[in-house]
Amino acid sequence: MSIALVIVAAGFALAIGLGLYARVGREMGLEQWTVGGRGFGTALVFLLMAGEIYTTFTFLGGSGIAYGKGGPAYYILCYLTLAYVTSYWLLPPVWRYAKQHNLYTQPDFFARKYGSRALGMLVALVGIVALVPYLVLQFKGLGIIVSTASYGAISSTTAVWIGAAALTAYVVVSGVHGSAWTAVIKDTSILFVVVFLGIYLPVHYYGGYEGLFTAIEAAKPGFLALPDRGQSPTWFTTTVLLTALGGYMWPHTFASLYTAREPGAFRRNAVILPIYQLINLFVFVIGFTAVMQVPGLTGPDVDLSLFKLSLATFPPWVIGLIGATGVLTALVPGSMILIAGVTLVANNLVRPLRPGMDDAATARLCKILVPVLALVCVGFTLSGGDTIVQLLLMGYNFVTQLFPCFITSLMRRNPLDRRAAIAGIVAGVATVAATVLSGFSLAKLPLLGPLQDVNVGIVALVVNVVVTVAVAQMVRAGATAAQAAE
Amino acid sequence: MRNLRWLAALPFLGILVGPFFLNRVEPFVFGLPLLLAWLVFCVIGTSILMGVIYLTDPQNRAPEDPR
Repeated sequence: MSIALVIVAAGFALAIGLGLYARVGREMGLEQWTVGGRGFGTALVFLLMAGEIYTTFTFLGGSGIAYGKGGPAYYILCYLTLAYVTSYWLLPPVWRYAKQHNLYTQPDFFARKYGSRALGMLVALVGIVALVPYLVLQFKGLGIIVSTASYGAISSTTAVWIGAAALTAYVVVSGVHGSAWTAVIKDTSILFVVVFLGIYLPVHYYGGYEGLFTAIEAAKPGFLALPDRGQSPTWFTTTVLLTALGGYMWPHTFASLYTAREPGAFRRNAVILPIYQLINLFVFVIGFTAVMQVPGLTGPDVDLSLFKLSLATFPPWVIGLIGATGVLTALVPGSMILIAGVTLVANNLVRPLRPGMDDAATARLCKILVPVLALVCVGFTLSGGDTIVQLLLMGYNFVTQLFPCFITSLMRRNPLDRRAAIAGIVAGVATVAATVLSGFSLAKLPLLGPLQDVNVGIVALVVNVVVTVAVAQMVRAGATAAQAAE
Repeated sequence: MRNLRWLAALPFLGILVGPFFLNRVEPFVFGLPLLLAWLVFCVIGTSILMGVIYLTDPQNRAPEDPR
């Protein structure tokens, strides 16, 4: 057994140990398990939010897209920055409403605001459909990390199974408390590893950033900017906008904001988190350094660029540390997603159909569902071949469809009622599903000119808004007609 | 001081409109390609602007937010 593998295993054990320790002295009712008893301070909320946003996607996907695509990777730096700006005003009212009405999940919020159980169930379904690729992404990353760090001794398939089992165990036992405490370790180590690699590698190979970028520009002119067609500035702007709107629409992100003790935590986070985004800069640099040092990775293999480069540069014990960090970046968000996913099913799909169900029964059902959801995702992980970035963008296109009726629900007088909200979400999600399944893209319509590069998710969002407005108008017309008839 | 919150529009302008004008590799700025340097500048600027908004926001002195 190599030293690298020993360190990775120790990281694993540490994560699980901390996760289990976090529950000590707490009764794990539904409120503690899902939203930490709404008692987390600024620091823990920060770590939880950063913790689920900086995932294997940051670690492997970010360097992978920089390696594979170049300039278009920059969108990752930007979209969350904009999401944080909006969070300053959006999150405190959501938190207050959730506390007042004792909400646990994202669908609870929509169902309560619109007074519609059906809308709640629809939002829960959208959330689950989006969460599955997100969890698959974590498992995929976990597999890559463990098999690489073990120098091939453990296959990626075995690693996915071990990871899924470990995740299931610790989520069942300590819920969101475990995630928060493991996030502390994870964020410290990812920060250290990424900054170290992002500074050391380019200096080691090129003498510095300017040397690195000059070499790439000489070998591949234009690679470090956006191309004129395809992932052009139009693509960049629409993708950043779409993903920024969707940033807080993920069920697990939405639910993690319920964990805060007071809403000021979000305003302080909105100040700090953009700076924290700069971690992506180092991630990109790692990917760029790999471009000419470990050439030839294509397709889903681009996600290996960080590790391939590290293997070529460092002794096994460093690989072990990188691997252990990587494992944590999969486990923490993975646990958040699992918790959010099963709570959606138990609390927002099953519970509305069985009126007698209390909190305790819901909590029990949640824990039974954890291994089920984990198994489903393992199944998808072992059968699919998409790159990490593709998986994430698909999930974003789904959750963003919730944004229009979310934003109007914060207005003093919501212009929409439940019928308009439901129609809009269904139309938007159907458009996304149709484009994904049929492989449709605007690039096939040459008449559009530069608009060809608009992200397809924006089209779905436009369909969504048009349908929402149309139905809202019809409802209003119906109400006026009914009044006139009286 | 409440009007300072409109400063929050600047990050959107910089990030969403900037790439149409600054989509170039050279000249390098602090060793970074021009487009990347601009986006990094926007991200740092966002934090500073949000800091200013936070400090001047009367909401944050309201009693509902105990530290």
